[in-house]
This record gives sequence, C-alpha cells and structure tokens, in this order.
Amino acid sequence: MNTHDLIRTANLTKIYPSGEQPITALRDVNLVFGAGEFAGLVGPSGSGKTTLLNIVGSLDVPTSGTVEVLGEKVETLSHKKAAGLRNHHIGFIFQTFNLLPVYTVYENVEFPLLLLGMAAAARRKAVRDALAWVGLADRAHSRPAQLSGGQSQRVAIARAVVKKPDLVLADEPTANLDADNSHHILHTMEEINRNLGTTFLFSTHDAKVIEHLRRKITLVDGRVAADETKPA
Amino acid sequence: MIIPKLAFRNLIGNGAKTWLNALVLSFSFVAIIWGQSLFEGMDKEMSKVTIDQEAGGGQYWAGTYDPYDPATLDDAPAKIPNELRAEAAAGRAVPILIVSGTIYPKGRMTPALIKGIDPGQSVLKLPFDRLRGGGGSIPGLIGARMAKSAGLAKGDAVTVRWRDASGTFDAADIEIVDIFQSQVQTVDSGQIWVSLENLQKMTGRTDEATIVTVPVGTAPKTYAGWNFQDYDVLLKDIKSFVQAKSLGFSIFYVTLMALALLAIFNTQLLSIWHRRREIGTLIALGMPRGRVIRLFTLEGAILSLLAAAVGAIYGLPLLIYMAKHGWVLQAGQADDYGLALSRAIYPAYSAGLVGVTLLLVLAVTTVVSFLPTRKIVTLKPTDALKGKWS
Repeated sequence: MNTHDLIRTANLTKIYPSGEQPITALRDVNLVFGAGEFAGLVGPSGSGKTTLLNIVGSLDVPTSGTVEVLGEKVETLSHKKAAGLRNHHIGFIFQTFNLLPVYTVYENVEFPLLLLGMAAAARRKAVRDALAWVGLADRAHSRPAQLSGGQSQRVAIARAVVKKPDLVLADEPTANLDADNSHHILHTMEEINRNLGTTFLFSTHDAKVIEHLRRKITLVDGRVAADETKPA
Repeated sequence: MIIPKLAFRNLIGNGAKTWLNALVLSFSFVAIIWGQSLFEGMDKEMSKVTIDQEAGGGQYWAGTYDPYDPATLDDAPAKIPNELRAEAAAGRAVPILIVSGTIYPKGRMTPALIKGIDPGQSVLKLPFDRLRGGGGSIPGLIGARMAKSAGLAKGDAVTVRWRDASGTFDAADIEIVDIFQSQVQTVDSGQIWVSLENLQKMTGRTDEATIVTVPVGTAPKTYAGWNFQDYDVLLKDIKSFVQAKSLGFSIFYVTLMALALLAIFNTQLLSIWHRRREIGTLIALGMPRGRVIRLFTLEGAILSLLAAAVGAIYGLPLLIYMAKHGWVLQAGQADDYGLALSRAIYPAYSAGLVGVTLLLVLAVTTVVSFLPTRKIVTLKPTDALKGKWS
C-alpha cells in the first residue's frame, strides 16, 4: 500500500445469504483512494454503494478479498479495534442524519470527542469550530427535533469532521434535502476537504452531488463499471 | 467517566418517561424502608418493654421450670442460692415464686398463676411497691387485662386457692390494691401478684423461688440447680413474631419490587428496540459494543438512584410523620397479637436499613437493566443504522 493511499480494496466481494439464492452485493472490487480525495460511488439502488461504504467504514466485513483502511485490514479487525479505527480516523454522515435525539446540537457534535477522551477545553474549542464551519454556531443548544433537514445534516457533518478525521464516509447525504440545502452542504464539505485535507467518500445517485465529485466510481451490480477523475 | 455522563444525559433527556419509571421504582424503596422500619421499631419496643417489665438482664430458672409447661410449676421452686439472695437484698436481683392456683371472682372459678415478688425490688419496672403492708388482708396486684377478664376492680377481694409445698390445698382472700397497665401480657393475663414473703408463707416455701431476674448488664454465673436464660430464650417469641410478620410483609414489597422491575425490564427492552438506530450510530461513531452495553445498563442503575431521590421527596416527610405519630392500631388489635405491642408502633430507621435497601434495589435494577442489553451484542450495526433488528 502506498503511504498516501488511504483505502485499498483487492478482489473485494460481499455476498449476503438470502434464502436459497444469496445476493452478491460486491464482486471483485479493486479500488484505491488517496488522502484528500473528494470521491463518490455512484450507481442505481442495489449496486453495492452502501455496502462498500459500510465495509470501508469497518461496520461490515467482506466475504472475500481484502480491504485496507489506513493500513488496517478491515476483515481481520476485532469489534473493539474496528471501533477504535472509526473513533480515531473515520467520520460518518448518514442519509437520515442519525443525530442522537436527546442531545443538543452541541452535545451531538461533542460526542465523538467524548469517545476520544479529549480534554474539556480542547473539546469546547473543537465543537465551536466545527459548528462555525457548518454555520450553526447559533443553534448549539437546540435539539435535533427543532432543526430543519438541512440543519440536521449540517450538524451531522460537524459531528463527522469535529475530530478532524482522515476519512469521512457520506451515505446519500443529500437524499432527504432540497436543492438549496444540498448545495450548501456540498459546498461546506468541499471547503472542509480543501481546508483540512479530509478525504470524502460519498455514496450517491444524486446528480447535484455527482457534479461536485472530483472522482466518480460507477458501480453496476456490484462491479466497478467506470472510474473517472475530473481533470484539475 | 464518559459512560456515567452519557447515561445521565440520556436519562434526563428522556424526560417524563424517566421520571415516571423512577416514581414507580421509588414506591418499592419507600415501602421497603417503611415496612422494615416498622418491624424493627416493633421489635425494639416489644423487646424493651419486655426487658423492663419481665426479662430484666436475664433470668435464672429453678430446676425443671418451663413457662410453657404448667406441670413443672409445682416441682420447680427451689431454695434461692445464698449469693443470689445477697444480690436480691442489695437490689441486684429479684426472686419470683410462681404457684398455680385458682381464683374465684364473683363466684366464678378461673385458673391463675400466683406470683410472689419483693415489693421493694427495683429490677422490674412495674408498681410492685403497692404490695407493701395490707393490714389484715393479703394485698394483691393485677394487670388491666386480668381485671377485665376476671371482672375485678381496685379494692375488690377475691378468694384464691392454691396448693402448698406439701400438696395440701389452702385458700385465702386477696385484696386487689391496684391495677397496673402493661403491654406485656405475660405479666398480666391470668396472673395475680402478691408479695414474695406472703406467697412463701402461703405455700410453705420459705426462701424458695421459681425464677430470679437480674438487672440488665449482669454477667451470668453458674448456680447449682439453676439455669440462666438469656434473651435468646426470653425474647424468642418476640423475635419469631417479628420475623413471621416481616416475612409476610416482604411478600408485599417483593411483589411491588417485581412490578417495578418488570416495568424497568420492559422499558429497557423497548428502549433498546426504539433506540436501535441510535445504537447503530453509537457503534458507527466508534463506541465499542461493550461500552454501549455498559451505557444502557448504567442508565438502569442510575434510574434506581433517581428513584431514591424521588422516594426521598415524598418518602421523607411520610417516614418522619410515621416516626412522630407511629402506626396506630385499632383498639384491642394490639392485644390480639398476644405480645407486648402498644397501641402505636413507632418505626425505627437505621442507616443500615436505608443502606441495605438502596444497595438491594440498585443491584437488582442493574441486573434487570443488563439482561435486555445482551441483545446489543448480536445487533449488526449496518442493520441498526437503518432501524432494522438483525
């Protein structure tokens, strides 16, 4: 693995048992992602985008093949080590935001830092910075139920980037948002990618997102059908 | 420290649901403390009054004396050992002679125990000094229960018949000089007290006694033909009674506790079900499963602490009121128990009782909270994130 490579998959295959006919979600996927990329997995529903994202995020394991993320072989990681990898190096953004409902915006963003055991003063500064990046400094004490969809997703972005991870995995981040909010969110993520050097890997079939991607990997039936990089 | 912080945050964030559970659980807290303190208070009071009026600091029983076997009464009395007699003369012991007899109040025949005691004694707290003097008649003292059952009043004379040391029946009139009130039924019901000197003369049992009671704090000694009885024997009935009542009551609070725990178990199970997306998120954010389980378990444990706080809000005034006014029994109800119960039972609260109750509820709640969390181990985070249950 190249020292600048963040993710490397080799012959990655994922098969889900499903009655008599198992479902093959990914077939022999070979991909490499470097640090600072702003890339996306595109393709129709059921093409294996989310499965690949989950495996890269060490939330799932491949049936065969290997996946290395930051030098760690995902398929051999224990639950605890996988949790450590996510905790220290990976941020997640979900389609349905997945904010913790009883926490305030501030507490939601603070959560990953609590898991990291960061000191209180450093934590406060990091949370304020993250909320400033996403333009929600004034909503720190609101609860998720009091936020719009766009605001909720911005909180989710702040939560994903607050610990300045190496990699952010965003699963259909704009699927529940209107055009304006989608644009704002993509803009925010592009800025974070530029300013912090964070690698973003999306799973999407939203044309608005695809427009912003610098690298587009098209998946069809679990196979890589195309891997295109926009000229700089 | 993150887990307790998050658990507390989750509980408080759950709002009314948390407080409702805490309230239900707090009923168990208050019921256990109230019930057990009532029995502790009952035990303490009955023991104290029995020690004051009957048991003293222990008793020496002569020969074969057995209070539960009337057949032993005639043969039991024995000469009081010299050392005990000297102690009695110095006010550090009180010999009591017990003889079975019959009284004839208003022409009726009623079996009775005739007890002789030194009117000058200071070991037992009953008004035996009224047995002094008496002129031509033999002064007798009875308790209120005996007065009621025999239809006797102060100043009445009652014929008493007994058997003396040689087995000969004899009879005399005894004048009731006073009627005392006592919670201790075994110094009252079916008994008539006269002075020891009189009873010894009446029965021809000079220098004899059936029991010798010593004051509290007296170290037991060995006297030939006399057996020392400590509180294990003398307060056995009280302990058994309290134990039986306490056991009966524990069924009530075990039921109450079971209901509260069932509510917690259900809430926990539902909570895990409802919060599966949250669990998936926690795992995705890098929280190991073990910590997620600890978080949910701790939420249950903290709930029991909140319940203790809620219980304190309404329980403390209630328990203080009870300590002040006692649990008042209906007229005659205390006597029905056959033990030294007063009309009002005052609960006795101890740090041990509160501490043990707190620990018990905390431990049981923690276990009950932990059981449903085991499901988290088998939960696939990818399914949980979608709100599915794998």
